[in-house]
Amino acid sequence: MQLATLFHRGVTTVAAAGLLAVSAATSAATLTVYTAVEAEDLKKYAARFNEDHPDIEIKWVRDSTGIITAKLLAEKNNPKADVIWGLAATSLLLMKSEGMLHPYQPRGIERLDPKFVDKDDPPAWTGMDAWVASICVNTVEQKKHGFATPTSWVDLTRPEYRGHVAMPNPNSSGTGFLDVSSWLQIFGEEGGWQFMDALHENISHYTHSGSKPCKQAARGEVPIGISFAFRGAKSKADGAPIDIIVPSEGIGWDMEATAIVKGTENLKAAQTLVDWSVSEKANMMYNEGYAVVAIAELAKPVEHFPEGILGGMIDNDFEWAANNRKRILGEWQARYDSKSEAK
Amino acid sequence: MTESALRAPIVKPKVGRDDWTMRAFIGVIGLYLVITLAFPLYAMMSKSVRDNDGAFVGLANYIEYFATPALTWSIGNSLQVATITTLITVTIAFTFAYALTRSCIPLKGLFQSITMIPILVPSLLPGIALVYLFGTQGLIKELLFGYSIYGPIGIVIAEVFFTLPHAIIILITSLSIADARLYEAAVALRTSRLRIFLTVTLPGCRYGLISAAFVVFTLAITDFGAPKVIGGDFNVLATDIYKQVIGQQNFEMGAVVSVVLLIPAVLAFAIDRVVQRRQVALLSSRAVTLEPRPNRGFDAAMLGFCVLVSVFLIGMLGVCQFAALVKFYPYDLSLSLKNYNFDVMDGGGWSSYWNSIRMATYTAGFGTVVVFSGAYLVEKGRGFRAGRTLFQLLAMMPMAVPGLVLGLAYIFFFNHPNNPLGFLYHTMAILVISTIVHFYTVAHLTAVTALKQMDPEFEAVGASLKAPFHRTFRRVTVPVCLPAILDIMIYLFVNAMTTVSAVVFIYGPDTNLASVAVLNMDDAGDIAPAAAMGMMIFYTAASVRLAHFLVSRHLKRRTQAWRIR
Repeated sequence: MQLATLFHRGVTTVAAAGLLAVSAATSAATLTVYTAVEAEDLKKYAARFNEDHPDIEIKWVRDSTGIITAKLLAEKNNPKADVIWGLAATSLLLMKSEGMLHPYQPRGIERLDPKFVDKDDPPAWTGMDAWVASICVNTVEQKKHGFATPTSWVDLTRPEYRGHVAMPNPNSSGTGFLDVSSWLQIFGEEGGWQFMDALHENISHYTHSGSKPCKQAARGEVPIGISFAFRGAKSKADGAPIDIIVPSEGIGWDMEATAIVKGTENLKAAQTLVDWSVSEKANMMYNEGYAVVAIAELAKPVEHFPEGILGGMIDNDFEWAANNRKRILGEWQARYDSKSEAK
Repeated sequence: MTESALRAPIVKPKVGRDDWTMRAFIGVIGLYLVITLAFPLYAMMSKSVRDNDGAFVGLANYIEYFATPALTWSIGNSLQVATITTLITVTIAFTFAYALTRSCIPLKGLFQSITMIPILVPSLLPGIALVYLFGTQGLIKELLFGYSIYGPIGIVIAEVFFTLPHAIIILITSLSIADARLYEAAVALRTSRLRIFLTVTLPGCRYGLISAAFVVFTLAITDFGAPKVIGGDFNVLATDIYKQVIGQQNFEMGAVVSVVLLIPAVLAFAIDRVVQRRQVALLSSRAVTLEPRPNRGFDAAMLGFCVLVSVFLIGMLGVCQFAALVKFYPYDLSLSLKNYNFDVMDGGGWSSYWNSIRMATYTAGFGTVVVFSGAYLVEKGRGFRAGRTLFQLLAMMPMAVPGLVLGLAYIFFFNHPNNPLGFLYHTMAILVISTIVHFYTVAHLTAVTALKQMDPEFEAVGASLKAPFHRTFRRVTVPVCLPAILDIMIYLFVNAMTTVSAVVFIYGPDTNLASVAVLNMDDAGDIAPAAAMGMMIFYTAASVRLAHFLVSRHLKRRTQAWRIR
């Protein structure tokens, strides 16, 4: 408030009025959409949507899952987003509990796998696809260092991998958070932290984004990157000498999901977008990169995706992960943040 | 009115309409600086003593900061890196400037142009080059003997690259103003070369050395690009601000770290100002310019040194260009343009490049008008001393404010729900406004220097001919100062192309910039495209620079002929 008073005292009305006149022109059919979808897919998503709805323009704001989540939380009282399209369900659950989402039952919701729909009626969010953790191992570097292929998470704590592993920082990366939350579920709370203590010894650095460890493994900057299967498959398709490993204990996963932000001034357009986001066409589009999508019967295998992904996905407790997110991240930061690269 | 003026005896000079117009203009430009600089900084300071909900909490945030070792370590890290950088940069820059001013090596002009290269690229680029040179798959990583480039070593090398041109400019100026008579006297007294160097040369350029040291120190401690890319887990203050704000959206802690970073920057700035004020009196009017004499061994050594530095500077760029053109480093070295397909990568694609060009053009255009008019009114205005002094002070402030701090201050001020100027947030306008303010001081000083060279008689004559000041300004001042005006334009353009620190906090979904794209692509692991975009910035800045050189040479011939007698 003090700022405002200071401001009103300082600015002459002339200056303010002149500047305000410039801002008068805004268009109605523009949606500001916050997303953590991979950048290379954003143009495609908007273009496919515009094939059916050319009158609605999408303005993307993209960043890593953790950043978008933090940004939405920070803007809670002054929201800038209309729709969230492509953010981790655990993050959306958190926003739901903060009362930031506008519940809406999109048309065609009955075709979605119930796992991909929020339990409330009307649901606060709907899922799009699942993205799953994986390990990217650079085969050229592996030969150079002469280590065995890791087949489980626990393998990664063996001394032969010291300094050879990169993983995303869960504070900024959604992939990092699903890794950490899945380990705590697989090994139990205590066992999970013990595992991470041991893994920390082998970590060369924690990255800001979830795709960077795999991209670095693809270039041989680190031999092993803990990342997600989708990224690995893409890098492999680009010609990177990597193997994508599904660890035997099971893999964490999260959904990319869609929701309307409470207080949007473009509710109609937002609902149109959400309707489209659960459509068959949208699901087939998600399936171009992700093996597991919300309308299960549409899913076709994706090139270079590792075998056994479906069987490896743990029975993930999203409510637990969302409710304990803050505590887990705080604990993680206190234990390991010194190796984190500048975000 | 003339008649009444003649009759009434005037004791005090009357403030005429002209003066009122001038004062109004000073007021408008001064207000601009208040709104775009003073208010945001106030908002940031105020944020650092408030909690998340805006309630006043006194020094609680600072206490929390100093109780968190992970954060306070960065103070030591920052000081350490900046100090080492300063020592290395000033040594190299001094030797280089010495070679250019006191030896008879050939190609001096070429060498001097090469040292200006780092000004034309974002400070992220040397970091990227170092990854390719000394990273795990580095081309010449053996030279590091097993040490990791990620951390202080990498930061220091990148900062030396980044700060070198600034130190060289200062030291060349400082070494050029030697008085040959002192050297003649020393030689006549059979003083040894070493002794001449220690007792004549060094003391002669001591202010230049001090000034260079403080400029380099400030640049190194506030720079964010190099530690971001190559810092690894070595945290410094600048990356901490970014980490708190972007990584964790902890704006209050970001504000606290900003204030901590502001302290050394302001101190270094203040000392530098005091020192520069003394430098002026050094050269007497009777001084004789020193002409270097050929000396085979010495010249050869100096030439070798200059070649070495040039290879380092060009090599860093060459590596980035190589990485950008290679298909899949290090496994497939065939050439390809795939890394230029920015549209499928993080960072906003090709549109961010065009945005940067637009932003730089607006900044150069509007910025030059604002800066030069402001400098003119301050320098040539009559009376209104208090207003003019206040304006001078405001114009000097941006130099002491690190870009990241300015950018963060802009979030607090312009994104405040009660700010009627909030609509500017995320627009091109706010990027231009912040960039003009960020680089205001140097541009202002350039304009003031040029204006000081003009005899105040011009204004007096203009006034006595009853020409309003704006006509004198348009017809006389601007044409005479054209070279300086062009210098200001190019300075603003190049810096707007390369800056990351202030704009990284305030760009919006439609206003992504090329320099920010370099940062974001590197963040996502797309380092080769990041190098490609960085080189696009270099080529753009370099061609504009070249165009500027040709245009100003042409103009100098056409409009500045009167300078040659």
